[in-house]
Amino acid sequence: MIIAVASGKGGTGKTTVAVNLALSLDNVQLIDCDVEEPNAHLFLKPDISYRKSACIHIPEIIEERCNECGLCQEVCAFNSIVVLPAPEGARKGSVLVFPNLCHSCGACFILCPQGAIREIEREIGVIESGWSGSMAFAHGKLNIGEAMAPPLIRQVKKLIDPGQAVIIDAPPGTSCPVIESVKGADFCILVTEPTPFGLHDLELAVEMLKTVGIPFALIINRSDIGDDRTDEYALKNKIPILMRIPYDREIAELYSRGLNIIDSKKEYKTRFKELFSRIEDLHVADRGHQRQRGHG
Amino acid sequence: MWQIVVISGKGGTGKTIITASFAALAKNKVMVDCDVDAADLHLLLHPRILERHEFRSGKTARIDLEKCVECGKCVDLCRFNAISPAFVVDRVSCEGCGLCDRICPAGAVVMEENLSGEWFVSDTAYGPFVHARLGIAEENSGKLVSQVRQVAKEIAEKENLDYVLIDGPPGIGCPVIASLADTDLALIVTEPTLSGMHDMSRAAELAGHFRIKTGVVINKHDLNPENTSEIEKMCKDRGVEVIGKIPFSEEVSRSIVRARPFVELSSNAVSREISSIWRRIKVMVTNNK
Repeated sequence: MIIAVASGKGGTGKTTVAVNLALSLDNVQLIDCDVEEPNAHLFLKPDISYRKSACIHIPEIIEERCNECGLCQEVCAFNSIVVLPAPEGARKGSVLVFPNLCHSCGACFILCPQGAIREIEREIGVIESGWSGSMAFAHGKLNIGEAMAPPLIRQVKKLIDPGQAVIIDAPPGTSCPVIESVKGADFCILVTEPTPFGLHDLELAVEMLKTVGIPFALIINRSDIGDDRTDEYALKNKIPILMRIPYDREIAELYSRGLNIIDSKKEYKTRFKELFSRIEDLHVADRGHQRQRGHG
Repeated sequence: MWQIVVISGKGGTGKTIITASFAALAKNKVMVDCDVDAADLHLLLHPRILERHEFRSGKTARIDLEKCVECGKCVDLCRFNAISPAFVVDRVSCEGCGLCDRICPAGAVVMEENLSGEWFVSDTAYGPFVHARLGIAEENSGKLVSQVRQVAKEIAEKENLDYVLIDGPPGIGCPVIASLADTDLALIVTEPTLSGMHDMSRAAELAGHFRIKTGVVINKHDLNPENTSEIEKMCKDRGVEVIGKIPFSEEVSRSIVRARPFVELSSNAVSREISSIWRRIKVMVTNNK
């Protein structure tokens, strides 16, 4: 089973939940998909045994074949190719490629009538994997200055081993990097805090998960700050609340030092194991519903 | 006119609370919320929306199954695996490149323009405010960020305002790059946790990459004094100034439900430090030019 941990608002405790849940289980893999700011490794301190540069394909113009017809510029939906006509007196113009804008769709390469485009690799980040004790671990790190996280997230997710429980730590927000991270998950845990900010971003995250079609439930972190509106929202929208983690200065301090809750507060190991069982139950129930709907 | 962006790398370090307080402290300014996929600043500024605009950006493919001859070319060539074997386009995976449209021998693909969100020009008790809402599961947050920033800049120029205050998104990717571009100062809000430090250093590197002058604020600095000194050392090594250290206060988390800029609700040590940071920022941007 693949469980994603997401949130909408940043800093609500995604990584804490993902890491402590994974540490409470046997036969588990943790995949950190927050490639812009990966943090799980700070808590798991994995031995990295595999490192690979993550590349995307970008076009390169084969000048001797190019006749500057301009088709590549016309077909590029992302404005990443510009064909400059020959200046007066010169025989040849030039074709400029803007690698940062390229989505690697391949349209220019496939459609060039002269066969004047080849694809070359451009590094956008690195992928690392290894072990933290008996836990399998993988993450990606986006290179500084790179704009597009989704292609790197797709490549990190290729390391998913569905033979075990897989926990995905997703980035904050509700747009493309988050969607790429949660896509294909069987279930999503939304970690929120009961403040107006937490609730507002939670509502957006819920809409996003409904659009993508992934079943989900909540964990309310720092559950004793803020107000009751998150509970009211969950009740009204029939979203299960799987766990509440009260504000605890000790937890905050452990976190600040890169230490895990379950190592100091043993009762949390049981709580996270129970959390996993409840998700398994919800998942089975949800598949049952889907089968019924399918036959109905 | 000076453009000041508040970023953090890590989410939840206090960007929006600090930006809202600057909105209350600064004179002659316009505010912009660039965290377009999880915008929160409006919850503290209570805007009265004056203008509402559609944000159209990019396209999504749709296959007309009446015309489709099921040759399978589109399925084979789509790099985003967005077309199912039954020739149905997954709207979430489709990036709108239009390759399927160009290679379809039956002309069965229709490229439809996306309504990717909305942006607003509002009035608040603190001055004009430009904000947006990215559509659910939509792309191009970077373009929407550039759009709201452009509008805010035009307002600042037209009304002869001194500051554009930008609440940035977390991370270091596309919307952050769009929020940082051409600003006069990037304020990075961090916290003394390993994650906060790790993410701050990547955010500082990003700001450095784009040659944006940078200042760091350590929020809740007294939660872990060792980490706070480590952050100060990291900043010193990087040549980045720590321009403020905000103490931890439960009053701050409690105040969020009151939904107003913190400096208006309290005159405690947090409030005084935020005021001092704002004074420091004014000096930094003025000396810059």
